[in-house]
Amino acid sequence: MSDTMMSTTDRLVYMANQIARNFAIEGEEVAIEATRRHIRRYWDPLMRQRVIASLAADPAQFSDIARGAVEALRDAAG
Amino acid sequence: MAWISETDLGTKPAPDSARTVSLRIDGDTVTVPEGTSIMRAAALRGTNIPKLCATDRLDAFGSCRLCLVEIEGRAGYPASCTTPVTEGMVVRTESAKLAKLRRGVMELYISDHPLDCLTCSANGDCELQDQAGAVGLRDVRYGYDGANHLQAAKDESNPYFDFDPAKCIVCSRCVRACDEVQGTFALTIDGSGFGSKVVASADEGFLPSECVSCGACVQACPTSALIEKTVTDIGTPDRAIVTTCAYCGVGCTFRAEMRGEQLVRMVPWKEGKANRGHSCVKGRFAWGYANHRDRILNPMIRESVDQPWREVSWDEAIAHTASEFRRIQAKYGTRSVGGITSSRCTNEETFLVQKLIRQGFGNNNVDTCARVCHSPTGYGLSTTFGTSAGTQDFDSVEHSDVIMVIGANPTDGHPVFASRMKQRLRQGARLIVVDPRRIDLVHSPHVDAAHHLPLKPGTNVAVLTAMAHVVVTEGLADEAFIRERCDWDEYSDWAAFVAQPERSPEATEALTGVPAADLRAAARLFATGGNGAIYYGLGVTEHSQGSSTVMAIANLAMATGNIGREGVGVNPLRGQNNVQGSCDMGSFPHEYSGYRHVSDPATRTLFETAWGVSLDPEPGLRIPNMLDAATDGTFKALFIQGEDILQSDPNTHHVAAGLAAMECVVVQDLFLNETANYAHIFLPGSTFLEKDGTFTNAERRIQLVRKVMDPLNGYADWEIVQLVAQALGLDWQYTHPSEIMDEIAALTPTFAKVSYLALEEHGSLQWPATDAAPLGTPTMHVDGFVRGKGKFVVADYVPTDERTGPRFPLLLTTGRILSQYNVGAQTRRTENVAWHAEDRLEIHPHDAENRGLRDGDWVSLRSRAGETTLRALITDRVAPGVIYTTFHHPDTQANVITTDYSDWATNCPEYKVTAVEVSPSNGPSEWQRAYADQAARARRIETEAAE
Repeated sequence: MSDTMMSTTDRLVYMANQIARNFAIEGEEVAIEATRRHIRRYWDPLMRQRVIASLAADPAQFSDIARGAVEALRDAAG
Repeated sequence: MAWISETDLGTKPAPDSARTVSLRIDGDTVTVPEGTSIMRAAALRGTNIPKLCATDRLDAFGSCRLCLVEIEGRAGYPASCTTPVTEGMVVRTESAKLAKLRRGVMELYISDHPLDCLTCSANGDCELQDQAGAVGLRDVRYGYDGANHLQAAKDESNPYFDFDPAKCIVCSRCVRACDEVQGTFALTIDGSGFGSKVVASADEGFLPSECVSCGACVQACPTSALIEKTVTDIGTPDRAIVTTCAYCGVGCTFRAEMRGEQLVRMVPWKEGKANRGHSCVKGRFAWGYANHRDRILNPMIRESVDQPWREVSWDEAIAHTASEFRRIQAKYGTRSVGGITSSRCTNEETFLVQKLIRQGFGNNNVDTCARVCHSPTGYGLSTTFGTSAGTQDFDSVEHSDVIMVIGANPTDGHPVFASRMKQRLRQGARLIVVDPRRIDLVHSPHVDAAHHLPLKPGTNVAVLTAMAHVVVTEGLADEAFIRERCDWDEYSDWAAFVAQPERSPEATEALTGVPAADLRAAARLFATGGNGAIYYGLGVTEHSQGSSTVMAIANLAMATGNIGREGVGVNPLRGQNNVQGSCDMGSFPHEYSGYRHVSDPATRTLFETAWGVSLDPEPGLRIPNMLDAATDGTFKALFIQGEDILQSDPNTHHVAAGLAAMECVVVQDLFLNETANYAHIFLPGSTFLEKDGTFTNAERRIQLVRKVMDPLNGYADWEIVQLVAQALGLDWQYTHPSEIMDEIAALTPTFAKVSYLALEEHGSLQWPATDAAPLGTPTMHVDGFVRGKGKFVVADYVPTDERTGPRFPLLLTTGRILSQYNVGAQTRRTENVAWHAEDRLEIHPHDAENRGLRDGDWVSLRSRAGETTLRALITDRVAPGVIYTTFHHPDTQANVITTDYSDWATNCPEYKVTAVEVSPSNGPSEWQRAYADQAARARRIETEAAE
C-alpha cells in the first residue's frame, strides 16, 4: 500500500491475491479451490460482487490462482 | 457473597502426597496430608496458633517466634510453621510456658511500635493488634527511651500505598511476597540485627525502585507499615464482594472491599483459580477511572460531528438511535448498518449486541476488537485442532519443563500469569524466547532464558518452520503421538515440506536474523526437554501471516507430542479481559456463538427458531471492510459498544475517513473516547463495578462479574442494548444477565452446562462445559482433537509487502507496557501515569547516533501511512534497525503510522511491521496539531441541563 489510501476495489484485489499466495504452496488446483472457498466463507456478498466485477475489468490484476478462484466464484454466482 | 476477611491457615498446603499422617493436637486426633505443618494442621482443626511472619500465601519462614508449640518427647519449643507433622506426634498449642514466651516476644515487638492503634489506619484490620490480644499482652515493660524506629520517615512516593517503617516489624513477609509471589525481588532487608529495615531496591523509595506495584507486599503486611492510601483516606472496609477484573485476559478475581457504597480497595482473591491470590498494578489499584471526572453520565446527540453535543434524556437518545438506524436501512438497504461488540464488556452484553445486529438489523455486520488482535488464533487453531481457543489452564505451567514464549511480553501484558511462569522457571524449567526485543523475561532476577531468538519482525513463519526442520530432520518428532492423534498423510506432506534444505536454520539465517546454531539448540531443547508449552501473543497474530504463524505453532506442538496433557499445549495470551468471550459469543461476521458458520442451515434454524426471525445466511463485513464500504457510500451507520477504533485500529487516517463518511455513529462508552469525535449519538456506559455478568479469560474460564455499586449512568450496558432493541420493536424482556446466559447456554453447545447457579457453585467453569464434562474442561484435546485428527497445515513463508527501503529504513513494532492498558482510556485516568505518562520511542544506540538523537529528544516518526512525534528512549532492548513504541496515548496516536496491511486470512492488522524513518523534531506534527484542534471541537458539550 502506498502513501495514499488504496481504493476498496484495489484492496479487494490485493486481498484475493494475498490469500492465493498463501495457498500457492499446495499447488495451483488445490490453491484455486482453497482461495475460492476462503472468499466465499469470509467475504460479504458485496465484496464478492466487486471482486468479480474487477476481474471483468482487468483480469491482469490477479495472480493465476486468484483469477481462477474469482472465476469460480463468478461462475457459481451465475 | 460477602466476607469480612479470608481464612489464613498459616502455611501452604503440603505438596501433593497420597499419604496422610495422624497426630494429636491439644488432645484431638487430626489427620492431614504428609508434609503439612503443625500450624496448618492446627488451623484445619480450628486452632489458630498465634503468628506474625506466617501466612499461607508464602513459604514458611520461622522468624517471629510467636508460633511456638510444645511437642511431646522433644526438647524446646519449635516453631509450628516450619515443623512438619509426623505420625503419632502429640502437640500442645497452649500452656503457661508458651503463653509466657509468646507474651515476651510480643512485648519486644510492641516496645518498638507506635501505640496509636485508635488513630491508626489499620485499626481493626491489623494482625499485630490481633495477635497482641491473642497472646494476652497487657503490659509493656520497656519504654521508648532507648533506641527505636519510631521517628523513621514515611515513604509516600508510591501513588497507591505508603510505607511507614515505624510500624514495620521486619517480619519479611513483604520481601518474601515480592520474591516468591511476584518474582521481582525489588525488596530486601537492609542491615542486620536492630538496624534491619525493609528497603526497595537500593533504598531509593518505592516509586523510583524496581517495584512494579503489584500490591503483594501490601497484602502480605501484617501491620499498617504497608497500607493502601485509600484505606487511610476512607477507612477500613466493612464488606467484600468477589468479582472479576476488567483488565487483560488473565481474569484475576478480586474482593471488592467496600465501606458503604464506596469502594475502598481491590484485594486479589486467594481462591481465584486464574490468579491464585495475586494481582498487578492495574487490577489491584487502577480502578479510579470509575469515578473520574471525565466520565459521561448523560446521553448526548448531535446532528453532525462539527456541532457540540447536546445532553438529552435516555428516552430521547434511545428513540433517536432506533429511528436513525431504521431511516438509514430504509434508504440504503439492510446491509448498510452494523456494529462492534466490546471485549471489555460481559459475555451477556456482547451476546446482546450481536443479537441486536442479527435479529434487529437483519444482517451479520458485526465484528469485535479481536479482529485486530487474536482473530488469527481463531482461524489457526480452529483449522488445526478444531477449537478457537487455547488448550490449557494457567495451572498447567506448573508442569512445564520447557516454556517457549513467542511474540508475547507476559511481564507487561499478562503480569499475574507471568509471575506464575517465573515461579516455574525458578524451579528449573527452561525458557525459550522468540522476540525481536529483549523482553524482561530474557533476563530477570533468577530467570535467564536458555535461548533468545531475536528474529527480524515479520519472519515468524520462517523461524518456526526452521525449528520444525530441525525436529523432523534430526528425528525428534513424536511419531507415536502423530500416528495415533493426527492425520499421517498430512503429517508426511508437512514433514517433507519442512525438511527441504531451504527451510533449514542455516538457509534462513540471513532472512530471519537468528543464528542457526541458536535456533537448532532451541528446537532440540523444545523437542527433547520434557513437557513443552508454547505461549504466544500479538507478536504472532498481528502480522500479514498471523494465521500461518498460529498454524506453524500448532504444527510444532503436534510434531513434538506436546498437546493433550498438563504442562504442554498452545496457549494464546489474550489481550483484553473478555476477548475470548467476545469471540465465543458470536461477535465475528461469519459465525454465531460457539464458532458456527452463518451458512450452516441447522445452526441458523436453531437461532431463527429462538429469535423468531429469518437470519441472513451470508457473512457480514469485518471492521476494515465496514470502513471501506463507508468511504464508498454503502455503509452508513455503526453501533460501537466499548471500543475505540480510532485509536486502536491501524491507519488512523483510514479509520477517520470511514467514520466521517457515516451518517450515524453511536458510541456507548465510559468516556468521550477518540472514536466519539466522529459520533452522532453517545450512550454513557457502565463500569465492571456497576453490573452483573461474566467474563471469559484466556484459559476459557468463565467467571462471574458482580455488581458492587449502582451504575452512575443509570443503566448497565446490557440494559442499554435492550432499550435500543425494544425501540427497534424487538420483544426483549431480560430482567437479569443470568437470563441472557441461559439463552446462550441453550443455543451454544460448548456452554450447555453454564449457568449462574453453576458458576456460583463451582466458582468458575472452563468451556466446553457439556453433559460429558459438566464441570468444564481445563485441558483440551486429551483423548483426541475436537476436529478428530489433528491437522498439519503446510504454512509457507510469504514475506510481507511492507518493506524497508531508503525512505523508510527502520522497522517499527508496537506493544504495551505494564502500567497501561490498551488505548489507555482507563489507565490514563488513574495514577498509573506516574509510570508511563507518554508513549516513548525505543531506538537502538547505533540508530540514534546515526540520526543525531539523544535520549529524551523529540523525534518525528514517519511511515507511508502518516507521521507523528514523540520522545526517544535510547536502549539496546531493541536490535539495530528495529524501533518500538506503545499505543496508549492519543496525543501520540501510534496508529497514524501503522498501515492497512493485514493477515491474509482474517485481516488482523500488521501492527508489528511498519517501515519507518525517524528524525529530529521540534514539536508536534501537522497532523497532531490538526487532530488536537478537531478533538477539542468535537468534545464540546452544550451547557443546557438534561431533561
